[in-house]
Amino acid sequence: MSSTETRHAGMLPGGPGESIQVVVASDEEFETKDMTLSIGPQHPSTHGVLRVVLTLDGEIIKDAIPVVGYMHRGFDKLAEARDYRQIVALSNRHDWLSAFGNEIGVVLAAERLMELEVPARATWIRMLMCEWNRVLNHLMFIGSFGLELGAMTPIFYAFREREEIQALMEMATGARLHYTYCRVGGLKEDLPKGFIQRSASLVKIIRSRMADYEGLLLGNEIFKKRTVGIGRLDPQVALEYGVSGPILQATGVAEDARKTEPYLFYDQVEFDVPVGANGDSYDRFHVLYLRVLESLKIIEQIHSKIPAGPIMPGKMPKNLKPPAGWTYVRTENSLGETGYYVVSRGGTEPWRFKMRTPSFHNVSMIPELLRGVLLPDLISVLGSVFFVVGDVDR
Amino acid sequence: MIFEHFFNDPWVILGLKLAAVLGLFLTLPLIVGYGEHKGLAHMQSRFGPMEAGKFHGWAQLIADGVKFIQKEDIIPEAADRKVFAMAPAFALLPVMLTFLVLPFGPGLAGDEANGFFGENMDLSLFFVLAISAVGVIAMLMAGWSSANKFALIGAIRGAAQLIAYELPLVLAAGAVAMQAGSVSLVDIAAAQSDQLWFVVPQFAGFIIFIMASLAELSRPPFDMPIADSEIIFGHMTEYTGLRFALFLLAEYAGIVALAAVATVLFLGGWNAPPLLDISFIPAPFWTFAKIGALAFVIIWLRATYPRLREDQLQKMAWKFLIPASLIQILATGIFKVAF
Repeated sequence: MSSTETRHAGMLPGGPGESIQVVVASDEEFETKDMTLSIGPQHPSTHGVLRVVLTLDGEIIKDAIPVVGYMHRGFDKLAEARDYRQIVALSNRHDWLSAFGNEIGVVLAAERLMELEVPARATWIRMLMCEWNRVLNHLMFIGSFGLELGAMTPIFYAFREREEIQALMEMATGARLHYTYCRVGGLKEDLPKGFIQRSASLVKIIRSRMADYEGLLLGNEIFKKRTVGIGRLDPQVALEYGVSGPILQATGVAEDARKTEPYLFYDQVEFDVPVGANGDSYDRFHVLYLRVLESLKIIEQIHSKIPAGPIMPGKMPKNLKPPAGWTYVRTENSLGETGYYVVSRGGTEPWRFKMRTPSFHNVSMIPELLRGVLLPDLISVLGSVFFVVGDVDR
Repeated sequence: MIFEHFFNDPWVILGLKLAAVLGLFLTLPLIVGYGEHKGLAHMQSRFGPMEAGKFHGWAQLIADGVKFIQKEDIIPEAADRKVFAMAPAFALLPVMLTFLVLPFGPGLAGDEANGFFGENMDLSLFFVLAISAVGVIAMLMAGWSSANKFALIGAIRGAAQLIAYELPLVLAAGAVAMQAGSVSLVDIAAAQSDQLWFVVPQFAGFIIFIMASLAELSRPPFDMPIADSEIIFGHMTEYTGLRFALFLLAEYAGIVALAAVATVLFLGGWNAPPLLDISFIPAPFWTFAKIGALAFVIIWLRATYPRLREDQLQKMAWKFLIPASLIQILATGIFKVAF
């Protein structure tokens, strides 16, 4: 008779009831078994509903499978049933941390299809909002990465800053999260009085406060111990997976759609693309931090460059009907490259609307980083592969 | 006349002392907990509790306690019910017993057996160190009986951490005991009344003791056993209501207990700071003030540092803290023999 008996076998690893699987082994053949641990979809470290099924040997991760789709809302299909105005509002939602960065691509695509000339003032204001949104997004991740590593203070500092940026953006757009400020052809309305002054003083405040994060995280011995050399990403692997944004830049590849294929007026401002050397968690975080400083630099240049003028091009038709054709718009969103593939057949709705979102590609690379690291480093890796689950699933 | 007789009855004195110890046990952790709420909040540009009890939310923890009592007491179906239910008691009792021997003030003149302490045990230092290690059994009980993988990982981490850090803790305390020539907490505190506080000659020991205490208490930056972003809440993941509250009470009581031991061993116990003539302030005030200061440092560290990794923590204990504390003992021994 076999001395090894398995009860309740054959269940999905990490699925319901999996924890009551009991293996009774005899004294002679005491074998160790890998533990399957399901992190998420409800777990405090996955900010959102990403699930990672881990195979653990002790605390060493032998394999990791990200399970996505818990938040799938069928964005592509929804977009095909709405006109371009409505898609602007829709695209605000999937990556709620860079709402403005998302909507910009939708209007750019529609404008390219219609060959519309956007007033210079509107384009500069769009850029200004894009960069503020980027700062807003990066601050969130700077704070949450610290929190995941057990440092609880940075997130509160980040929210202190975010509160002021949100108030600024609310001043112009009327919203704090889902701005819907863009219109095909221009903007919803002009900037209110005193916006530029307030924005300029806020740049100075944020820049002076960035030193707090440097002291609390970047310069912290324990933070370095937890991140330096952890989750090293090879640039070649990163490119193969289509990784973009701060995670790609941390591996040393200076790829940024704002530089390589400038849209809006990014070719008229000066900024650097920060790159890392090792592609580890520390570099990813450091690049994110430097990107905030670069964005602040861009914002300051925009302040002096916004011209006077209209924000919409003359009279626009009530029903937007882009002529038949297709276009692909590349934008450097907060978390990486966001692409919009739009096919029009001349109707008010796009015939096909496909989005390429950075989080999806960045998350698909996670198993490469997780194999062989310790369970606590899962946090250091997951937290530094900055993603928004809505942006993964759409 | 009759009262004099009443207060000379050893049973009455014992009862009063136990009541006082219990009172301290129930109030000091709450004060530290409230201090943590407010201290952390103000370090993080927040207010912290502001509503409960009107004045700066002073009654927040009492309100929390009432809330915990009302919560449903959930025991997971797959849990080992008896062990699961007993674990919080095993966490709380050892800390409670340490309060019995903590000296908050000197013995009374002419009656050395009585004073501001529950019991002047000859081996009180050993007693405290030994009994505080029992807490790990509660952790293992809770982790194992919860039938939860996260709880199990947390419990194993906690046990490993305790084994590693008990050693430097005992060695650092041992060096102090050598210098004081006693293992009674009361005697050690008294020994510092006419000489330099031991924090000066034993500075390395003091740092080692505080670090090891943090690890024993699973406080940041050594809170891997309950690392909330990795393993939810470690061994406490499945606990709710009052049982969970008891675990938390044990944690904060542990802060008070180890801060009190550190105060006695290194910071002169109840003795007023030297060179100041402020003898009109009663001795226990100094003990409480020093405990408060140490508790503040522990809270401060929580606001500042991320969490270390379990293996890095182990490396630090075995490769750095234990050798350092052995050197401290060696130095103390040489000092004792030579002078």
